[in-house]
Amino acid sequence: MLDVNNISMFFGGLAAISNVSFSVNKGEILALIGPNGAGKTTLFNVVNGFYKPSHGDVFFKGAKISNMKTHRICKLGIARTFQVVRPLQRMTVLDNVIASAFLRAANKAQAEEIALDILSFSGLYDDRQALSKGLPLGKRKRLEIARALATQPAMLLLDESFAGLNPSELNESIEIINKIKAKGITMMIIEHHMKVIMAISDRIVVINYGQKIAEGTPLEIRQNPLVIEAYLGEAAHA
Amino acid sequence: MKRYLPFVILALLAVVPLVGLNSYLMHILILFVMWSVIGMSWNLLGGYCGQVSFGHAAFFGVGAYTAGIFYAKTGLSAWWGLPLSIVAVALFALVIGFIVLRLRGPYFALATLAMGEVLRVTAENLTNLTGGDVGIMIRERTWVEKIWYYYIILAVAAITFYLVKIVVQSRLGYYFVAIREDQDAAESLGINTTLYKTIALSLSAVITGLAGAFYTNYMGYIDPKVVFALHDISIITIMVVMVGGVATFWGPVIGSIIMILMSEVIRSIPMLGSAHQTFFGMLLIIIIIFLPNGIAGDFKKLKRLIRTGRTT
Repeated sequence: MLDVNNISMFFGGLAAISNVSFSVNKGEILALIGPNGAGKTTLFNVVNGFYKPSHGDVFFKGAKISNMKTHRICKLGIARTFQVVRPLQRMTVLDNVIASAFLRAANKAQAEEIALDILSFSGLYDDRQALSKGLPLGKRKRLEIARALATQPAMLLLDESFAGLNPSELNESIEIINKIKAKGITMMIIEHHMKVIMAISDRIVVINYGQKIAEGTPLEIRQNPLVIEAYLGEAAHA
Repeated sequence: MKRYLPFVILALLAVVPLVGLNSYLMHILILFVMWSVIGMSWNLLGGYCGQVSFGHAAFFGVGAYTAGIFYAKTGLSAWWGLPLSIVAVALFALVIGFIVLRLRGPYFALATLAMGEVLRVTAENLTNLTGGDVGIMIRERTWVEKIWYYYIILAVAAITFYLVKIVVQSRLGYYFVAIREDQDAAESLGINTTLYKTIALSLSAVITGLAGAFYTNYMGYIDPKVVFALHDISIITIMVVMVGGVATFWGPVIGSIIMILMSEVIRSIPMLGSAHQTFFGMLLIIIIIFLPNGIAGDFKKLKRLIRTGRTT
């Protein structure tokens, strides 16, 4: 569904990503993991169209998207959330979701219908009249997901949607991710929370210093010496 | 009740001149309605879409000069300037938008400020087109009575109010606010931010330009220092909205009443009159500290402040 081919991204002389390739298959959850600063979010920004890659191309459903603007890519069916939540602060939860539901709605009534539907799907229905800046972090993270879902994407990019959540919020979010998967939406997830990663992902791509160091099922990744080294340092061997 | 409020106020404003106001009071009333129009149009761009313009005098001036130049060159009625200004200002806004809408936040504000000043200097020097500092004089006044001018600008105001209301409650309004709150997030939600910012700028510019074209007809005289003025047009536009309430329907109307009354009252104070801009500055500081959302936006807070003031 999504093909990332030999992507490199330079900021000045710094290679944030060098020569990374992987594919995401339809319907699966692909997790992107790696230590802080490995280039995961940069990769999202490339797929999402915020950055134009220095080298390489990104293809979505066979069409080249790496030279498209972000809003065009969203229209094609890729939606994302942000690591640092970015709700439209002085808007209610409902209005936030309506604003993105307009992308595929013919009129306001239809946009509102889509929005209400998604709010109950993501467990935010009771908070729909609240201003989004007043929500607790767990709900703001879910609002990010709801807003992305309202654009009715074929593929969802989730950037640390689980970071900073308490255990009960974590379970609610995992449940929502599973429901999204059941709808047939493909997902690419950046996450540090290993328990979550191992539980929900079908495949994992590991990035370190901007390079892909491993790819495989959760079980394979857990036993991969390169991955262990990247996370725990060489001392782990001793 | 709330639904009918606009109609009630429109009806009130329509009958006010029938009680027989003198020429000066009619002038104040016309200015008040004209500034409401400019405030409402600025609010669309600055309040809802979050693109704070310090150069609305540019659009006002281009509208005013469209009417003035058309009159001076063809000898036909300057009232043709109203429909013509829509076309002229829309084209001008598209060109300007293409340049300044790449900038964000304070950079956008500074670019618009420069745009207004550049146009003033340009109008001063294009003497064979604009008459330079001599200005353009409309020799034949259409009416001696001010009441007709009043009804024309009142009609423009009513249409503007209705237009803003429709726009804000539609897809456009949601997109404008989304862009104001977070442009990158808006873009990643599939909103073509460049396109919608251009729409906001063009709508806002056209309405302000219409007020400018009206101004030419009403005042009968324009020169670059008046219609492209930074302090008397661009800054007052922002003040009208800030005082009244940013991103509220009634804010610009309330702000316009206060600003017009204040400027008339202060100007009539002996010795202090010429310092009216100092008072505007102080008012702005007070508003920003105590009522950051303006009078309409912080109405509840204002009522509470007054109530506590009474009990103590």
